[in-house]
Amino acid sequence: MSVTTAPTTAIKRRSAVRRRLRRADAKISPYLYIAPFFILFAIFGIFPLLYTAWVSLTDRNLLAAEWSFVGLENYSELMHDSYFWNAVVNTFGIFVLSTVPQLMLALVIAHVLNRSLRVRTFFRMSILLPQVTSLVAVALIFSQLFGYRYGLVNYLLNQVGIENVNWEAGRLSSWIALSTMVTWRWVGYNALLYLAAMQSIPDELYEASAVDGARSWRQFVHVTIPMIRPTIIFTVIISTIGGLQLFTEPFLFQPVKSGATGGSGRQYQTVSMYLYEKAFGGTQFDFGYAAAIAWCLFAIIALVAGLNYLLVRRIRSAES
Amino acid sequence: MTTLPYRLRAQTLTRRPRRRRRRGGLLTYVLLLLMVVFSAFPLYWSFVVASHDNSALGAYPPVLTPGGNFFDNVDRLFNAGIVNVDFATALLNSAIVASVVTVSVVFFSALAGFAFAKLDFRGRKALFVVVIATMIVPVQLGVIPLYIQMNEFGWLNQLKAVVAPFLVSAFGVFLMRQYIAGAVPNELIDAARVDGCHTARVFWHVVLPAVRPIAAVLGLLTFMNTWNDFFWPLIVLSPQNPTVQVAVSTLSGAAYVPDFALILTGTFVSILPLLVVFLVLGRQIIGGIMKGAVKG
Repeated sequence: MSVTTAPTTAIKRRSAVRRRLRRADAKISPYLYIAPFFILFAIFGIFPLLYTAWVSLTDRNLLAAEWSFVGLENYSELMHDSYFWNAVVNTFGIFVLSTVPQLMLALVIAHVLNRSLRVRTFFRMSILLPQVTSLVAVALIFSQLFGYRYGLVNYLLNQVGIENVNWEAGRLSSWIALSTMVTWRWVGYNALLYLAAMQSIPDELYEASAVDGARSWRQFVHVTIPMIRPTIIFTVIISTIGGLQLFTEPFLFQPVKSGATGGSGRQYQTVSMYLYEKAFGGTQFDFGYAAAIAWCLFAIIALVAGLNYLLVRRIRSAES
Repeated sequence: MTTLPYRLRAQTLTRRPRRRRRRGGLLTYVLLLLMVVFSAFPLYWSFVVASHDNSALGAYPPVLTPGGNFFDNVDRLFNAGIVNVDFATALLNSAIVASVVTVSVVFFSALAGFAFAKLDFRGRKALFVVVIATMIVPVQLGVIPLYIQMNEFGWLNQLKAVVAPFLVSAFGVFLMRQYIAGAVPNELIDAARVDGCHTARVFWHVVLPAVRPIAAVLGLLTFMNTWNDFFWPLIVLSPQNPTVQVAVSTLSGAAYVPDFALILTGTFVSILPLLVVFLVLGRQIIGGIMKGAVKG
């Protein structure tokens, strides 16, 4: 501040204070503004996660007043728990059945939507409609559609001469029904993500490949897919994180919803369901054991997400 | 065409000739129409079931058109004598929870996004990376200690327990930062500062008005997600004081045979508010998702 006339000391002091305030404002404000996020996340995000690790080393039970440190006992028990491994297999089975066809279908839809179309917004909104639908609604509607006796799916199968399928009772059949639910809800969303990525591909690339004589399909494989690779990685990882935590659809697919066994033979019990069964389902409240399941699930998700990342990253290496 | 103001602004900044895309042929439209049917049918079907008597479900061939029983079923749904849950309370609870979470997420995300986009401070980059990293941490896995926590706070069966863990969102912070970085010119902020605004006033008078479009998108998505959340409310809330998702999931009639007419009426009613919002503001939601995709 350039003051040429001699100011009174009062004014001088005031401007000094103001300057200091201003400096404090510039220094402290940013931290103040990001503080709510970090504080709330620490309380409700990080702390529970770390605390889960601690609980998993105890035999803590909500109903028992006392509990003790048991070391890795929960984990070693888990490694020999056939129900746990059954849940892992189910989770992966449903995950693969729902994710692979879903993302491929999403790519095709995005490709089709990327043409110049009439009533474009209408098509985009239609494919996003399932996203608005809650998981609970999806699960309940499809449970009805896949019903044994009066389900519409079986009715349609009857028309082509196939006997009624008891979707809920079989292992593979229940997986298919659940995968259909997941695919239905997410395919449009992923297609939109792909579409957005496709629209940001520079035209020159297409023109160049057209000059080279590449036709539509080859353009799709050699230009489009490599160019939207980051988005593909993103969707694969998001689907992995979401898919391996699958809970609501199988939970509500059960005819009797009080437990979380995933069918009478545990044919579609997922890891999240098993966690729920141990901690909150029925009367067990076996928090220590459930916390060990939670950490294993976290490890599995991190591992598979990492693997998938490496896998999808090869798209470009294959290209160049 | 998305007509969001920020999209237009972004386009005028980096204008490039629009590609002449291939026109969709007949096959394209057939494929797309199939997609539309695939997407819309289950919702339509839920209304068909909800508008019939439960016994109509046994009909062969199945009835594919809506019947006249929808309002009867809605009546039963809100009749505490017939249904095992208080559906009106559930709807109200969900409205409260989703509104509080939405306002909080939008406000705190704008605040943090502003700091990350426009303010200078030590550790800015590193802390932003931390924010992004937190997106990978599945909150679901912390349910057990979170439950213990809520138990100790005495919050079980209270709406607080469903609201508190979701008051901030890493995705929201990320979205806001990206948007503010592009949409709020530095000159505007500098000008406000020259006028003597301190940071809080800059935020209030310059940034908040400028982020309105993305705030709407983030708000809608947050409201939808919160309204639809199931796992956590199922754990901490009792059927006596549920959110709408918990209520729908436990719906059953008096009979031993599942009353699908009733269940799908509840389902349909639970989707309806979001469906209306989506029909009115779907364009913006799509714009928001696609915008986030390109940046992310």
